Amino acid sequence: MRAEKTQKIAFFFLLLSTLLIVIPVGLIVVIIVQKGIPAINWQFLTDIPRQGMRSGGIFPAILGTIYLVSGAIIFALPIGLLAAIYLSEYARDNLLTRIIKLAIVNLAGVPSVVYGLFGLALFVVFFKFGASILSGSLTLGIMILPIIITASREALESVPYSFREVSLSLGASKWQTIRNIVLPNAIPGILTGTILGLGRAAGETAPILFTVAAFYLPRLPQSISDQVMALPYHLYVISTQVPNVAEKVRYGTALVLLVLVLFMNLVAIIIRYQFRKKKKW
Amino acid sequence: MRKIKEFIIEKLILLCGLASIFFVILIFIFLLKEGLALFKTVGVDKFLFGQKWYPISEPAQLGILPLILGSLLVTFGAAVISIPIGVGCALYIAEIAPPKTKEFLKAGIELLAAIPSVVLGFIGMVTLVPWVKNIFHLPTGLTALSGSIMLAFMAMPTIVSIAEDALYSVPKSYKEGAFALGATHWQTIHRVILPAASSGILAAVMLGIGRVIGETMAVMMITGNAAIMPNSILQPVRTLTATIAAEMGEAVVGSEHYFALFAVGIVLFIISFAINVTADLFLHKNK
Repeated sequence: MRAEKTQKIAFFFLLLSTLLIVIPVGLIVVIIVQKGIPAINWQFLTDIPRQGMRSGGIFPAILGTIYLVSGAIIFALPIGLLAAIYLSEYARDNLLTRIIKLAIVNLAGVPSVVYGLFGLALFVVFFKFGASILSGSLTLGIMILPIIITASREALESVPYSFREVSLSLGASKWQTIRNIVLPNAIPGILTGTILGLGRAAGETAPILFTVAAFYLPRLPQSISDQVMALPYHLYVISTQVPNVAEKVRYGTALVLLVLVLFMNLVAIIIRYQFRKKKKW
Repeated sequence: MRKIKEFIIEKLILLCGLASIFFVILIFIFLLKEGLALFKTVGVDKFLFGQKWYPISEPAQLGILPLILGSLLVTFGAAVISIPIGVGCALYIAEIAPPKTKEFLKAGIELLAAIPSVVLGFIGMVTLVPWVKNIFHLPTGLTALSGSIMLAFMAMPTIVSIAEDALYSVPKSYKEGAFALGATHWQTIHRVILPAASSGILAAVMLGIGRVIGETMAVMMITGNAAIMPNSILQPVRTLTATIAAEMGEAVVGSEHYFALFAVGIVLFIISFAINVTADLFLHKNK
């Protein structure tokens, strides 16, 4: 009887821990949505910031984030995908592979602000790109590389081995097999990883602080060597650096950023779900 | 012709395969390149154990001990909160929750992982900070405690998902064996499954802590950023990460202050490297 009582108490605490995580998450989302919605209108989404960011819209920040994220993915997707192909199709189980995997884990664990320092030292100062979309995108690109590699590798490895054997036995070369058989079957997984990487890049602030983000730039960028505003940095600025910004504007900005990031995650989850349902093996 | 094309492609693939190693080394080299210049003018011991961080006074005092202690204090607080709750939640998801609840809970945890840190920092500022201020009757709610609570949340997705994986990878036969001997479900979890998954859970905890030490924006927004030797969790503190983020914008490229911030970056890089390598060893021991 005592064992059962202990079990009841223990399970209660496990449930409690779970609720302590899930309920605040729900609350955070509800609060931001509830207080942010009143700020959202056409002007807020399409106008430039006015009166020292206290009114007007956040369009330059939205556009800046889209530019940065696109730049990051243009850089990271090809490298990440090829790296994943190497790991899943070519790498043998040896020390080199072990070191590559360890490097990926470490790349994923480097603090985001250290990426910012690195981007500053390498792209802004050493390559003299200056604080620009180019520097920011490359920095974000390297940061999301491990996400793309890991997800793509899992997708590639989940393609059954027999698919490859059939292709090879028909006389296809290794690369033909990868391109025509393995890759098409892994696309949903690769897409999921890519979108998650995009979401991460869109939400990060520290890596873009010294490499691209502009405090206040009420015009649109003309080239990749321009600075831009970015949503996460803009939220930081209006919440801590600029006094007397209406609460509504802050919540509105947080909501736009949150929706952008969660939307990407949702798309990734849906693709994964659809794929699992349709999977033929 | 086709052979040449494939040869080039395969070399390109190998090159990209090595890219991660290349980037890790590149990051370290560039941190060293800028950071080591500091030690021409400031001794390593003065830098690491100096108690005063006044980077723009004349002469500048560049001791990062208060920043290290600030990071440790906030991280310790976050660990105390997030480890029991995170592991408890992982146990609930892996062992107790019915399948539908499980999917729902996992989605909730993924949602938390996806929220940008600046959004969590903002929410912390407008909700948590005033609460801490009122509950403890403090002059300001921007304290190490607020930072710890917020960071605990940011560590939880990492802890829960990796610990849950570790719990799943415990062979079913262990559990069946324990049940067959008449153990209750909790006894089985407590005496059989937890010990069997312990190295994976340890790795989960370490990676969660790694996430906390490296976290920047939320911490900068809610810990108050006072670069003083912390002596209470109810005081403002400043962490290593927040120092870089807050000051690099004003530091002149090539100045002592600029080098010092890179040196702080080296410290952070080494800490995260050590944590990740150790956690990886634990994860592999599990397999």
